[in-house]
Amino acid sequence: MSQLKTKHLLGIKNLDREDIELIFQTADTFKDVINRPIKKVPSLRDVTIANIFFENSTRTKLSFELAEKRLSADVINFSASGSSVKKGETLLDTVNNILAMKVDMVVMRHSSPGAPHFLANHIDANIINAGDGTHEHPTQAILDAFSIREKLGGVKGKKVVIVGDILHSRVALSNIFALQMLGAEVMVCGPATLIPRHIGELGVLVENDIKAALEWCDVANVLRIQLERQQMRYFPSLREYSKYFGVNRALVDSLKKQIVIMHPGPINRGVEITSDVADSEHSVILQQVENGVAIRMAVLYLLAGKP
Amino acid sequence: MQKRLLLDGRSLQVTISRLCQQLIENHGDFSNSVIIGLQPRGKALAQRMVMRLQEMTGKQLPIGFLDTTFHRDDFRRREEPLQASKTEIPFLIEGKKVILIDDVLFTGRSVRAALDAMTSFGRPAKVELLILVDRLYSRHVPVEATYVGKRVNTLDTQKVLVEWSENKKVDNVWLINKEE
Repeated sequence: MSQLKTKHLLGIKNLDREDIELIFQTADTFKDVINRPIKKVPSLRDVTIANIFFENSTRTKLSFELAEKRLSADVINFSASGSSVKKGETLLDTVNNILAMKVDMVVMRHSSPGAPHFLANHIDANIINAGDGTHEHPTQAILDAFSIREKLGGVKGKKVVIVGDILHSRVALSNIFALQMLGAEVMVCGPATLIPRHIGELGVLVENDIKAALEWCDVANVLRIQLERQQMRYFPSLREYSKYFGVNRALVDSLKKQIVIMHPGPINRGVEITSDVADSEHSVILQQVENGVAIRMAVLYLLAGKP
Repeated sequence: MQKRLLLDGRSLQVTISRLCQQLIENHGDFSNSVIIGLQPRGKALAQRMVMRLQEMTGKQLPIGFLDTTFHRDDFRRREEPLQASKTEIPFLIEGKKVILIDDVLFTGRSVRAALDAMTSFGRPAKVELLILVDRLYSRHVPVEATYVGKRVNTLDTQKVLVEWSENKKVDNVWLINKEE
C-alpha cells in the first residue's frame, strides 16, 4: 500500500495506523532530502497550494510553507487580518474565491473546531487541517510521534505524559489519538480545572501530581498555557502554575531515569518549562521542528499524488 | 504465464565480466570514476559490478544508490504515488565521471528522472549509462545506453524480470508475457 485512504487530512480520527506508518516512511526519505546540499525536489511542480490562516501561527505556517517550497509547489499565503474576512465575507465565499484562481490544495488554520470538515463537504481541493480551534492539529501529532520514534526507536509500548492545558489544546487531543493508534500508553497531567472532566473515557490516565507523572513516563510533552483561549481564570496565577506544574531542572534531575522532553512551541520560558530543561540534552524540541518539515512534505506529497 | 529465459546464471556472469572489461577499457584506473545504481532495481547489478571490478582490478570503487521517485514526470498521473527508496550517495559527484547503472532500459523515463535527480549532488564531468537488458524500439525519450549487456526485441505487453541470487537463490533474466 502506498497511498493514504483519505483525500483530506482533517484529523487523526480520519486516519488509521497504516496511514500513519506510510507518512512516517515517506517522511524518512524527505528528511534525507532536506539534509542534502540541494534541498529541493520537483514533485509538486504543477500544484498550487493556498495557506489560509485565520489564526496566528509562526512555526506551523513557516513549516508548511517551507515544505511546499521544498516540493516545488506554487504557494499563496492568506491571513485573516487585513483581508475581506474583516469586511464580513463568509468562510465558504473566501475559500471559493481562492479556489476560483485554480488552487489544488488548501492548508487551513481556523479558530472554530470543525471548520476544515465543513469545507471538505463543500469544495473539491485537498484540505489539510493546520489546527481547528481546540479540536485537532494532526500534523503536529504525527511529527511528535515521529520524533518519539526517532529518539526511542519506536512508539509502541512507550509511556507518554502530556502536561499542561489539556482543556484548550488541540495538540493534546490529536496526540492522544495518534499515540494510542500506534500502541503507546498516554497520561495527561495538569490542574484539575484544565483537564476535561470525562477524558478518562478516551483511555488515558489522569494524574494531578507532576512528579508522579514524570516518574511514570518515558516522554513528557509539555504544553503551553493558552491564555488567549481562557475566558475565565482556571488557576490563581502563572507563578502558582509554574510552582506546581512547571517542569524544571531540579524536578528532572530528581527522577530515577532519563526522560525525553518535548514541547510543540511556542514556549513560555519560566512558566510551563524552565530554560535549563528546554535547552538540555533531554529536550528534542528543535528536532521536532526539523521533523515538522519532513512530515508536512510527506503529507502534501501523499495527498497530492491521489488523482 | 509464459516465460522465456533471456540469460541464465552462467551467461549473466559472462555478460557482467564483459561489461567490466569495457569499463576498464574506458576508465583505466578509475581514479575519477564513481558508480551509481538506480533504486530500486539497479542496486543489485551495481553491487555485482563493483564486486567483479574489485576482483579484476583490485580497486574498490565508490558506489552510491539514487532514488528518482520525486523527480519522475508521472506524479499525479498514475493511480497512486510511488513509494520512494533510500538515496545513499556518500560522495559529491562534482567533476566526477559517473557510471549510472540500471537493470532494464525501456521507455528511458527513469533515466531522464535520474539525470535530473543527480543535479542535487553536483555537476558531473561526464555521465555514462550501463544497462543489463536494452528493450529496443520502445523509447519515449531520446536516451541510449553507453554499455549494454543484451539487446532484445520486445512487445509493450511483455516485461523483463531480473532475478538475483541475493533474494531469489539463482540469477536469471526472464522475458514474461503479461496478459496471461
